[in-house]
Amino acid sequence: MADLRINLAGIQSPNPFWLASAPPTNSGYQVQRAFEAGWGGAVWKTLGEPILNVSSRFAAVSFNGQRVAGFNNIELITDRPLEVNLKEIAETKKKFPNHTIIASLMVEPKQEKWHEIVKKVEAIGVDGLELNFGCPHGMAERGMGSASGQVPELVEKQTYWVKEVAKTPVIVKLTPNITDITVTAEAATRGGADAISMINTINSLAGVDIDTWNTIPHVAGKGAHGGYCGPAVKPIALNMVGECARNPHINVPISGIGGISSWRDTVEFLLMGATGVQVCTAAMHHGFRIVEDMIEGLNNYLDDKGIASVMDIVGKSVPKYSDWGNLDLNYKIVARINNDICINCNKCHIACEDTSHQCIDMLKAANGESILQVREEDCVGCNLCSIVCPVDGAIDMVELPNELPPMTWNERQAALGTMACDADIIKR
Amino acid sequence: MSTVKQSRISYDHIATNFQEVHPGLSNREAIEEANRCLYCYDAPCITACPTGIDIPTFIKKIASGNVKGSATTIMTANPIGASCSRVCPTEELCEGACVLNHSTKPIMIGNLQRYATDWAMKNDQILFKAGKKNGTSVAIIGGGPAGLSAARELGILGYDVTIFEAAEHAGGLNTYGIVSFRLPKEVSFWEVKQVESVDVTIKTNTKVGVDISVREILDNYDIVILAIGMSSVPNLGIEGEDLQGVYDAIEFVKQTKTHPITDEFLGKKIVVIGAGNTAIDGATCSVRLGAENVKILYRRSLEEMTAYDFEYEFAKQDGVEFRWLTAPLRIIGDDHGNVRAIECIKMELTEAGEDGRRKPIPVKGSEFVLEVDAVIKAIGQSRYVSLIDEMNLEHDGGVVKINENTYQTSNKKVFACGDVIFGKGQGEAMVVSAAQQGKKTAYAIHQMFTKTANETA
Repeated sequence: MADLRINLAGIQSPNPFWLASAPPTNSGYQVQRAFEAGWGGAVWKTLGEPILNVSSRFAAVSFNGQRVAGFNNIELITDRPLEVNLKEIAETKKKFPNHTIIASLMVEPKQEKWHEIVKKVEAIGVDGLELNFGCPHGMAERGMGSASGQVPELVEKQTYWVKEVAKTPVIVKLTPNITDITVTAEAATRGGADAISMINTINSLAGVDIDTWNTIPHVAGKGAHGGYCGPAVKPIALNMVGECARNPHINVPISGIGGISSWRDTVEFLLMGATGVQVCTAAMHHGFRIVEDMIEGLNNYLDDKGIASVMDIVGKSVPKYSDWGNLDLNYKIVARINNDICINCNKCHIACEDTSHQCIDMLKAANGESILQVREEDCVGCNLCSIVCPVDGAIDMVELPNELPPMTWNERQAALGTMACDADIIKR
Repeated sequence: MSTVKQSRISYDHIATNFQEVHPGLSNREAIEEANRCLYCYDAPCITACPTGIDIPTFIKKIASGNVKGSATTIMTANPIGASCSRVCPTEELCEGACVLNHSTKPIMIGNLQRYATDWAMKNDQILFKAGKKNGTSVAIIGGGPAGLSAARELGILGYDVTIFEAAEHAGGLNTYGIVSFRLPKEVSFWEVKQVESVDVTIKTNTKVGVDISVREILDNYDIVILAIGMSSVPNLGIEGEDLQGVYDAIEFVKQTKTHPITDEFLGKKIVVIGAGNTAIDGATCSVRLGAENVKILYRRSLEEMTAYDFEYEFAKQDGVEFRWLTAPLRIIGDDHGNVRAIECIKMELTEAGEDGRRKPIPVKGSEFVLEVDAVIKAIGQSRYVSLIDEMNLEHDGGVVKINENTYQTSNKKVFACGDVIFGKGQGEAMVVSAAQQGKKTAYAIHQMFTKTANETA
């Protein structure tokens, strides 16, 4: 049994699985149910001036029959009075003293407003604070959420105001609706953030109804952009976590958020530098019970690898994440098709023929059976065939012996000693 | 009585037994199944379909919600694709070729094909338009699968097509010869309507040689296609065949599709002679009419049975008993001329003869009598030899001889396709093959007139 406890900037949690600040953490009832199910922590749905919500709030994207491949919402922060939330936080903390409760906060970008809410919330006992600089809709139009999260100076300043009074660790939650998330991440650390969390949702329109021509969702015939999350955003989130984790100027722990649905996703985020994860869409799709498999799966993974503590895998893939210019141009892989496993759907052939490098031939073997064969001299190792192949083991991407010593683009440019704008001559 | 049988057969409302057995896929089931299709390139299921339906394409269209396009893809390649989705031996054809046989389980191609064509049927879709008239007239004798298929293609190509159909409705085997609970006649009628929509004239109740002379047809049309299929079940050649209660299986099935269902078989004991698909139809119809016991007698064994495996399974689930290596000797009547019993003899098989088939020979002294109320004959079909002779076409025992590339008979302006060319090592017995032959006949005719191949499918 591996040790699943985490310590994120001094915040202790029985396991790395937290519910993100979102509809699942709207009330004491919900958070207590979640803790009973096994969630290690919860980031309470963002506290602030209670707002009015619209009706018709969520929409999801199905892909080839798979429901909730992506999820979009136009719900805002808590619509309940602060006192009610604080009372329920206190009750929940009392019932579950070993579980982590983080209060998510959002107020106007004014020092006194931040001081006031931080003091109130810390007075009833929370394990940490998360500053919501990410919510992309509604609150942003009032100068809060992503409106402040997109401006590095505002991120820094507000974090600083919070840190002036906060006694518990402060996590700054970042918006992905920005060109370079490391800029706001750095701003947060300059402001004194103890940790950062990412990503909040991505500006999105889930769809358009092709019969009524309304947006999806629509509110009385009108729509507005929402925030996108769920499995579809995972690669975007993973990159942003990785970019922050490998940045030498960002030296605070990361709470990973974005499309995490399973223990496998969790392991990926931890390897890429997250100390823990936050989950919302998967729970909204299936209920809190999904955490049981997440805990067990993570534990089995660690046991199988002989790793004692989950904290031991945090960041282990970060050194492997770099810039394109540091990749070895002389590294060569090619596709090899195992015709005894291949079921002859020919998807690799048509994908390669139409959209890649035309190097998979449909042939007849001596015994008359159809076979597929890669012309390795023409294969660029793009992986497309193995991606579209529906059968595990039918296509291997095989490493070819390196005839030349490793040479990255950066090394090559340095060796050439020329200006980067020189023509790149490729001999064939 | 097994619970399976109880749930399948009603003895109080016999007519309900003739409703289609399988309800068809729900929208949800169809979309899930369609999404499971890998959308293979150069897919083996297409090659395995005698009519070459672009199966991955029609399935993809179901998944995308373009069900009309899906039905069009199916019906373009196979003018009787709705019937075929129900009666094709898919496990031997498309589904048998599905690449997923090796990894999970094959896509339910037949059911998806039915889903798309059912949608088109329910939504009264007309999928094809007649081509610009080219001035060439074609008479098609017989409005069954082969004739309809040829007519549809010729109509699209602009020929002036007239079908002469002896029965009250076109559709042939699909309308009259396949039991309602497998293929309701409405499905066949919809396909007929699709053919009519390309300006094909169908003259029903018009038997060539009786209602219109062969000469008239040969004189008045540029081209004639003979697609008359086969005739009634031949005699067994035993005593008692004229008794009350001896039925021709084809006629028997036709009755259930054209007349109200009666309870005259309720509680009766029935034997069916033969073990082809029509024998199975005769047997399962009898079960569904409320018969107490239904036996199929076959003089050969399970191995030689010509019925499709799924038909055999279906009959077994209906509680039909199979008596292999059993041949009828005589049918015994009572004083009123009704069937009372059948005397049979056990057979054994010799070593395989020249035709590769093992010959059944009687086992001496093995005679026995079965008490029965009715005997249904299903030992194959006879041929319309006199009409073929009247048209002066070369044939081999009623199997019209053709050039296998052009479907042309010994008379250059007469073509033939479907069951009329099946047998003696020529052609195929499946409905879907008849459809393909009809298409190919149409293309051969068109090629003759244009000298260039011009397939629409």
